[in-house]
Amino acid sequence: MSMVLNEDQSMLQQSARDFCQANAPVSELRRIRDSQDPDGFSRELWQQMVALGWAGMTIPEQFGGFGFGYGGLEVVLEETGRNLVPSPLVATVLLCATAVNLGGSQAHKSALLPRIAAGELLMALALEETAFHQPTRIACSAQRREAGFVLNGQKTFVLDGHIADKLIVVARTSGARDDRDGISLFVVDRDAQGLSISRSQMVDSRNAANVRLHDVHVGADALLGELDKGDELLERTLDVARIGIAAEMLGSAQEVFDRIIDYLKQREQFGVLIGAFQGLQHRAATMYSELELCRSVVRRAFAELDGAQEDVPALASVAKAKLSEVLGLISNEGVQMHGGIGMTDEFDIGFYLKRARVVQALLGDAAFHRDRYASLNGF
Amino acid sequence: MQSIEEFRASTRAWLEENCPPSMRTAMQEDEVVWGGRNSSFKNPDSKLWLERMAGKGWTTPTWPQEYGGGGLNKEENLVLLQELQRIGARQALNSFGISMLGPVLLEYGTHEQKAEHIPKILRGEIRWCQGYSEPGSGSDLASLSTKAVLDGDHYVLNGAKVWTSYADKADWIFCLVRTDFEAAKHSGISFILFDMQTQGVSTRPIRLISGSSPFCETFFDDVRVPARNLVGTLNDGWTIAKRLLQHERTMISGFGLSDKASGRSLDASSVEGQAMQARGDTGRLSDPVLRDDIARYKIDAEAFAFTSQRSMEEAKLNKGPNATSSMLKNYGCELNKRRYELLLQALGTQGLGWASVQHEDFSVEQLRVTREWLRSKGNSIEGGTAEIQLNVIAKRVLGLPDMPMLTTKKGS
Repeated sequence: MSMVLNEDQSMLQQSARDFCQANAPVSELRRIRDSQDPDGFSRELWQQMVALGWAGMTIPEQFGGFGFGYGGLEVVLEETGRNLVPSPLVATVLLCATAVNLGGSQAHKSALLPRIAAGELLMALALEETAFHQPTRIACSAQRREAGFVLNGQKTFVLDGHIADKLIVVARTSGARDDRDGISLFVVDRDAQGLSISRSQMVDSRNAANVRLHDVHVGADALLGELDKGDELLERTLDVARIGIAAEMLGSAQEVFDRIIDYLKQREQFGVLIGAFQGLQHRAATMYSELELCRSVVRRAFAELDGAQEDVPALASVAKAKLSEVLGLISNEGVQMHGGIGMTDEFDIGFYLKRARVVQALLGDAAFHRDRYASLNGF
Repeated sequence: MQSIEEFRASTRAWLEENCPPSMRTAMQEDEVVWGGRNSSFKNPDSKLWLERMAGKGWTTPTWPQEYGGGGLNKEENLVLLQELQRIGARQALNSFGISMLGPVLLEYGTHEQKAEHIPKILRGEIRWCQGYSEPGSGSDLASLSTKAVLDGDHYVLNGAKVWTSYADKADWIFCLVRTDFEAAKHSGISFILFDMQTQGVSTRPIRLISGSSPFCETFFDDVRVPARNLVGTLNDGWTIAKRLLQHERTMISGFGLSDKASGRSLDASSVEGQAMQARGDTGRLSDPVLRDDIARYKIDAEAFAFTSQRSMEEAKLNKGPNATSSMLKNYGCELNKRRYELLLQALGTQGLGWASVQHEDFSVEQLRVTREWLRSKGNSIEGGTAEIQLNVIAKRVLGLPDMPMLTTKKGS
């Protein structure tokens, strides 16, 4: 199991890098923010990404994908992270396509996966109900009614919620609020009666939404995976997404770090380049070391996703904990080491700081994953 | 030419036949084989194992066969390592000659020097020590002032070294000396080898805060060393000195791998295992702050182990910067220090004993933790301090500029 990129990955990385730099630099996110774009992302750009094969990278060939494996998505996500590209890669591809692929029936897969790979379908996972990541704290209910279910509840921080054509709603079909058992997943159309979605404006200018479900009727065929046993499918899906997000975070952290180093070599004070000051040099060297560890963790976790898979849960927590911590450090240093200009909106570094905090919280922050890691390791 | 799979099969068969059963158990601290003229073997199997491995050249598998090495290519070496790991074989010989001197001697030495020293290094016949630091030259190593003056076909050495690991047990020393007193400090240094039994050499062990004395002060008083023992070019010893430091850092970075980070099962010797045992906890460590700190440490230790592995992979493919040795050294040492701080917290006052007065006061393992905790403080000082490693990363890897006044000052 190698932690060095293979030739295919290296080529893909280069083409993703070229594409993002040419078509989706940070100025594109700025444009979307400033124009108050109702979609919060560029549909045109997404179609170009689809044409590059990014939407179908992890989808099996029999369902219209390319079966490249997660190692392909790894290098793409690093580049979208470098450029803070808003796209449906996380919600539709990492979360929903994974859930359908891992837990869906043949009918779900044939109905949904080819359309995702073709860029015709956007999806979102409606999971969180509080301001904290608590994947088993589910109060949203799904009660049996005739041949199907009726869903009631509210969801928050639903990534891409307001642009999704379909939602995967995590609901409780039995048990008490914090039980692992009794959780089930449902595929719900955006225009289902009783479903209301409102976009929330987050600090990172990316997409999230609040979702309300009021007597939303779905058929029995809406159930994704096994009744009452959805927590297992959910955990497997979340782990894939956590590792994917870690790759995006690696890209962002690397970009901020590169900008810091460039600045230290340009900016003069007291008649010398500020990069000559030991007070800054040692902090830069520390960040470099932490970034190297981050890269190893991401490579190792992706190798596990495409390989043995046994150690995925612990490695997902290692990756998300480590990257959250280090991106937190580097995004702060990004502002501090640029001094006053780092505080201005005109300068890009603030976009990275804002994105960092959102992505740190997404699917469990560092403390969540250290706790989970300790539990997984028996202490 | 045999295929790699044939090599694996023959290696496996040879190891099955030649590795004594007691050499397939975890290494005991008092059975580590350092070699040398005065070596004694607590376990006779250690001697047998060393002789057999050295006979194959496998104490130094990739060194040239011409000088007694194994002559293996990288791929074969990897197979040998895997096969040794497979049976849990102990390291046959642990030596500064192998980890530090040998590689630079092969790179910079003459044929005569290699022929004289390499075979004795890899057979464990001569134990080496490192004459680098001086009382006035710690981090600023290049300011060293031990003098070597040519007198006929000998150099006459005068000066003192400090922090010489195991100088009182070593047979020979590789030593940095000043041979040009007018040149800038980096340009007047030479790298020389000599026998510690030469007249005028004396050593004095230094007692550390941990109570042990692995280091010595070493004194040279008109020590006469044959001029042919100078390695490389006269006055260009700093090049060799730096190269050797890279090898040393790689060796020291191994400290950070001590927690067997990749094997994650809970065992009694792990930090969390000891913390739970000391508190009578089952299933979950009852101190939530310590639990979080240990999780953070273990995550970093795993990430570090992956990084060491990735660095080896990249070196094999000749990808990536080779200057990662400073990063690995520094991170590995900091991790080891964190580990011992956590072990103290894990054990409470049972981790703070100095000696057992009553028989049962402190267990042998608890006392070892206390002493090793103290010893670990030196990890970020020896082999270049943490601050020096960060300087190296900033300048060599990141290309950050020097402070002008430090580079323009004459002779510094």
